[in-house]
Amino acid sequence: MKIVIENFSLQYQDGTESLRNINLEILPNAVTVLFGPAGGGKSSLLRCLNRLNDLADVQKMAGRILIDGQDIFEPKTDVTALRRKVGMVFARPVVLPMSIRQNLTYGLELAGERRPSKLDEAVKRSLQQAALWEEVHDRLDDPAIALSGGQQQRLCLARSLALQPEIILLDEPTSGLDPISTGKVEASLQELKKDYTIILVPHSVQQAARTADYAAFFLQGELVEYGDGKELFTSPKEKRTEDYITGRFG
Amino acid sequence: MEKDLSLGEFIITRLIKASGYSAIVFVTLIFYFLLREGLPTLGEVELGNLFSTRWYPIESYYGILPLISGSLIVTIGAAMVAIPFGVGTAIFIAEIAPRWAREILKPLVELLGGLPSVVLGFLGILVLAPNLRILLDLPTGLTALAGSLLLGAISIPTVVSVAEDALDSVPRSYRDAALALGATRWQTIWRVTLPAARSGVLTAIMLGVGRAIGETMTVMMVTGNAPVLATSLASLFSPVRTMTATIAAEMGEVASGSVHYHTLFFIGMVLFIISLIVNVTASSVVFRQKKRAERVLS
Repeated sequence: MKIVIENFSLQYQDGTESLRNINLEILPNAVTVLFGPAGGGKSSLLRCLNRLNDLADVQKMAGRILIDGQDIFEPKTDVTALRRKVGMVFARPVVLPMSIRQNLTYGLELAGERRPSKLDEAVKRSLQQAALWEEVHDRLDDPAIALSGGQQQRLCLARSLALQPEIILLDEPTSGLDPISTGKVEASLQELKKDYTIILVPHSVQQAARTADYAAFFLQGELVEYGDGKELFTSPKEKRTEDYITGRFG
Repeated sequence: MEKDLSLGEFIITRLIKASGYSAIVFVTLIFYFLLREGLPTLGEVELGNLFSTRWYPIESYYGILPLISGSLIVTIGAAMVAIPFGVGTAIFIAEIAPRWAREILKPLVELLGGLPSVVLGFLGILVLAPNLRILLDLPTGLTALAGSLLLGAISIPTVVSVAEDALDSVPRSYRDAALALGATRWQTIWRVTLPAARSGVLTAIMLGVGRAIGETMTVMMVTGNAPVLATSLASLFSPVRTMTATIAAEMGEVASGSVHYHTLFFIGMVLFIISLIVNVTASSVVFRQKKRAERVLS
């Protein structure tokens, strides 16, 4: 077990209950998909895993999240180190206003890496992993903003990968992308899962079904069903899951 | 019906146009008036006298250099107080303070901005100057330093308020992205948020400096008003006289149309030009930054 979530609940300051008593065990080297209608708490859970929710208006939090057996909410947790270990890609690509190369080396430089050989190596490796190397290797010093939306999103993925995380969180990474770029991102996820633990919030049920090794269905803060991806999408045990994936609501 | 509408439109557009142009007209008129009253000085006072280091109008010494240097030293001192404290406070309010502290601090700072400068000058004479004199063992506390500290205090609310708005408008996704890359909170502020808000923060600084240059009442009250040329940093600890204070103090007693009168307007012109330079620099910097920011966000 890479990640163990035990009786986890989360409530925001405006009174909305985001997550209710979630129990979930996430396996390494697989794509785990968190899906369900909007407002179900998927993103909130994702943002708890690298403690990005620290800055949000969280009112109450209960339960535990263990990564490699370590409780990440313990006071002595090094949040910065945790975030390096748990990379994240957002729905809208946020490229930093600098060159492609600098975007990739930025996180490493923040972590104190200065050796050019290491940085160059990380640039090449991460771009290859994100299936972007072929398209940009001859213009690494161009401004990153000049890339297309799909390329920018893969650059953001590569930027996370450059830090060699163990877990990658993706929050609707393809919501703004065309089908071809989406296909490329999905294909690279299938490659990446050999080395990483991947948790994906997809932007559609179809994407969930395409990519999931394991799938968890969230509805209004509740984890309705969790299991093997193929099984869940072909013969769901819960009525509510079936209704959602067959399009009866949502 | 339609005719009424178009008439209303016509009147309103014209009114808006008129008020827009009036701003330009007023500035032009002010500038014209300044030139008309100030330029004769150049014919009446020799350039060597005008740009000498002695200001003593009764004896026909019209050297404005001490006044310019006085204004500059006080303004630079004020900027050195206002920029770190102002930007620091803005960062604290926008990025670090918990919500309840932010909700108290922001209105408080804005309230401070509304404090009449004469009140601050009063505090300066009664509290700041005597304490500075004792603390630094000076012959008098009414120095450029006292002026700088007070002007800094006056500029801080302007800097904080504008800079905080700029920092606040940096999209949250930037912060999230930096944090998710393993940046610490400080690295995020210093290397992502602050650069992203650069143009707004620069505007804040320029507005603050502009406020300091133009401020009259406080400096007149606390800087000692001795027109001595500031030659080194040591002048910070002696009395100086600024351009604004000179105009304010002497304009009331001068004979209209006299050489002294024209020279005071000439000082006003110099002040106007300095403010203009600060503003033009600020807006050109901001404009350039904006174009880059637009490219980034497109």
